[in-house]
Amino acid sequence: MAADVHKKKGWEVPNGSLAPGDGQHTERSESPTPGLAQGTEPGAGQEGAMFVHTRSYEDLTSPEDGAAAARSPEERRGEPAEPSSMEQISKDFSELSTQLTGMALDLEEEMRQSKEGKLEPSPQTTRRDSVLSGKEEEDVTMDAWRMHRKHVFVLSEAGKPVYSRYGSEEALSSTMGVMMALVSFLEAEKNAIRSIHADGYKVVFVRRSPLVLVAVARTRQSEQEIAHELLYIYYQILSLLTWTQLNHIFQQKQNYDLRRLLAGSERITDNLLDLMAHDPSFLMGAVRCLPLAASVRDAVSTSLQQAKAKSLVFSILLSGNQLVSLVRKKDQFLHPIDLHLLFNLISSSSSFREGEAWTPICLPKFNSSGFFHAHISYLEQEMDLCLLLVSTDREDFFTVSDCKRRFQERLRRRGVHHALQEALRTPFYSVAQVGIPDLRHFIYKSKSSGLFTSPKIEAPYVREEEKERLLGLYQYLHSRAHNSSRPLKNIYFTGPRENLLAWVTSAFELYICYSPLGTKAGAISAVNKLMKWIRKEEDRLFILTPQTY
Amino acid sequence: MGRDLGRHESFNESSLLQSAKPQLPMGMAQKATPGTSLEGIRPTYLYKVVLLGSTSVGKSSLAYRYVKNDFKESLPTVGCSFFTQTLNLEAGTVKFEIWDTAGQEKYHSVCHLYYRGAHAALLVYDITNKETLNRAKLWLRDLEKEFLPDEIVIALVGNKTDLAADREVATEEGEEFARTKGLLFMETSAKSNHHVNDIFMAIVSN
Ligand SMILES: Nc1nc2c(ncn2[C@@H]2O[C@H](COP(=O)(O)OP(=O)(O)O)[C@@H](O)[C@H]2O)c(=O)[nH]1
Ligand SMILES: [Mg+2]
Repeated sequence: MAADVHKKKGWEVPNGSLAPGDGQHTERSESPTPGLAQGTEPGAGQEGAMFVHTRSYEDLTSPEDGAAAARSPEERRGEPAEPSSMEQISKDFSELSTQLTGMALDLEEEMRQSKEGKLEPSPQTTRRDSVLSGKEEEDVTMDAWRMHRKHVFVLSEAGKPVYSRYGSEEALSSTMGVMMALVSFLEAEKNAIRSIHADGYKVVFVRRSPLVLVAVARTRQSEQEIAHELLYIYYQILSLLTWTQLNHIFQQKQNYDLRRLLAGSERITDNLLDLMAHDPSFLMGAVRCLPLAASVRDAVSTSLQQAKAKSLVFSILLSGNQLVSLVRKKDQFLHPIDLHLLFNLISSSSSFREGEAWTPICLPKFNSSGFFHAHISYLEQEMDLCLLLVSTDREDFFTVSDCKRRFQERLRRRGVHHALQEALRTPFYSVAQVGIPDLRHFIYKSKSSGLFTSPKIEAPYVREEEKERLLGLYQYLHSRAHNSSRPLKNIYFTGPRENLLAWVTSAFELYICYSPLGTKAGAISAVNKLMKWIRKEEDRLFILTPQTY
Repeated sequence: MGRDLGRHESFNESSLLQSAKPQLPMGMAQKATPGTSLEGIRPTYLYKVVLLGSTSVGKSSLAYRYVKNDFKESLPTVGCSFFTQTLNLEAGTVKFEIWDTAGQEKYHSVCHLYYRGAHAALLVYDITNKETLNRAKLWLRDLEKEFLPDEIVIALVGNKTDLAADREVATEEGEEFARTKGLLFMETSAKSNHHVNDIFMAIVSN
């Protein structure tokens, strides 16, 4: 099999690394935001990171010519900076607060414009004091969210359908228009991202030869974010086929019907689209950890590390979409996108709960030209704990299966089984633990570790639409913070039902959501307090000492 | 026999019974690998079974019914699934290793590997879908390329008998095809637990 990682002839292994060597991941010079130096923020790993350093969106958009880079985070970390003091944080905040006023106005202005221009549904950005009187604005917002819809199509460059999210009937009606637009689009260069705004819709095209991905969205997401989701879909397809095989197929036959090869995997893609609408991991380009006492996590990691085999590259233990532990081969780094694809694969089929699965999988950010072989199984019937062992050798099923047995045995001998079970009973923590009355929810991402933490979404975000609405607000702030032409470091958002604040530095990203009655000054002191809390809890919320074998 | 025993070699290493000729259901001595049990009285035999057939004919459901004696509406397979089930017979313990494949084209090259060393193959089709029987015939051709006729027990399995109203393949048609090809034949229902144990018993004792 030409695409097999270890079999492929002439596939050089640079520096003894399984990942294709070096490349385009040159660090952008971040504007000199003071504060925590990368690697010293809460959640930063103490002994190096587990993941390839990511820049989320930019990372997704790097071309897949088999030379995607995987570089050690240590290389970029530079000099370990002094652990920054709280004074420094406070100083950042005073800076922040001066920027906030301008930002808020700027944001409101923009929202008003976009509303008038009917470009996209947007929340009413009226003053806080009108909050209680506003039945009207409530409706506007709700309507906008009821309309939340997104069609996704994947086509080959020859125009053959590859995937359609809502089946063929719905696809048909809108496809004609899409096709027409495609005609002009296809003239454009490779790897282009284009978008059209029309009639309350955004149509976003992403071309990744030999595929074209199209989204027709009625969401508040920016085209950058919609494109980001389309790229995830593209990587999802690569993970089933490899980039090499995909290209080979279309070189052989331009009008090949790829649905034949993808038959039966549509639900994996459906699942990915659903996950992206609910789980902030994708938006943050980071991985969430299961909150766990550091001693328990260390024991789990050590057990995983000891149950190794020659062909193993990654041993991953996860619960739901939260990471419990990840042990990797020395010098090999997993990319969060690849891990998200693995999470998605696992959540897409209940069949993994039975028996042991052994499936070829390409991790496109790691190596888009070959397959790994993943051993997937749940540890116990009643426990939401899934073990994923990634091997380079498709013949190694029994060896890898034995690693699982050894891992379980060590877990038992170390006596952490019970503690693990306890932790799984409360997989999410409550924001009340932070002790800030007005704080409703937050997302904090440590950039150097590629991990984030976030409490359970609680009242008033109870119903599904409400949860999606909250994620939508984060999406909106995230897109503003990462807008490629005008990125913002600090955003203060006042809405009728909640206020939000975003703070993006070179070391971390923080998004907080708090009561609409809270003041800006209150929010700033909340951020300060929250950062202290995260620091205090970091060894439970993050994986600070990742292990290797 | 020149069969690749793979990891099962360890069973032989420690086996004192290896050269003994245990009393076995007919045909099994040559098909299974004798192992050892601690008591040294009842030997353990590994018996590798592969499930083949189109998507959705009920391969995973059959495996699940046999191993867990249960039925779940949805168990979409990704790649391959591996199950084990132990069966106590008078002559010894049979440890079934059941390989269930997704049956999708993209996994073809991978599943090919799983044939290797198999003692039996269940070729499954769906009695409510004629096309799946045609596909089963194609899988059979694959198997015939891979194995000599006496190397593997092949059973043709028409699943979903509980959906009698939608039947597209007559029992006789499956039966007749199996006879011409020298295959075992049985109709089953994973849902209503019809003949599921029987088919697994039939392949070991064949
Ligand atoms: N009525 C009925 N449905 C079945 C039976 N066996 C499987 N199914 C259903 O057929 C579909 C496909 O089953 P599955 O075991 O996943 O098929 P596989 O792709 O061959 O593994 C599922 O919806 C099952 O619930 C059966 O004996 N009777
Ligand atoms: Mg199946």
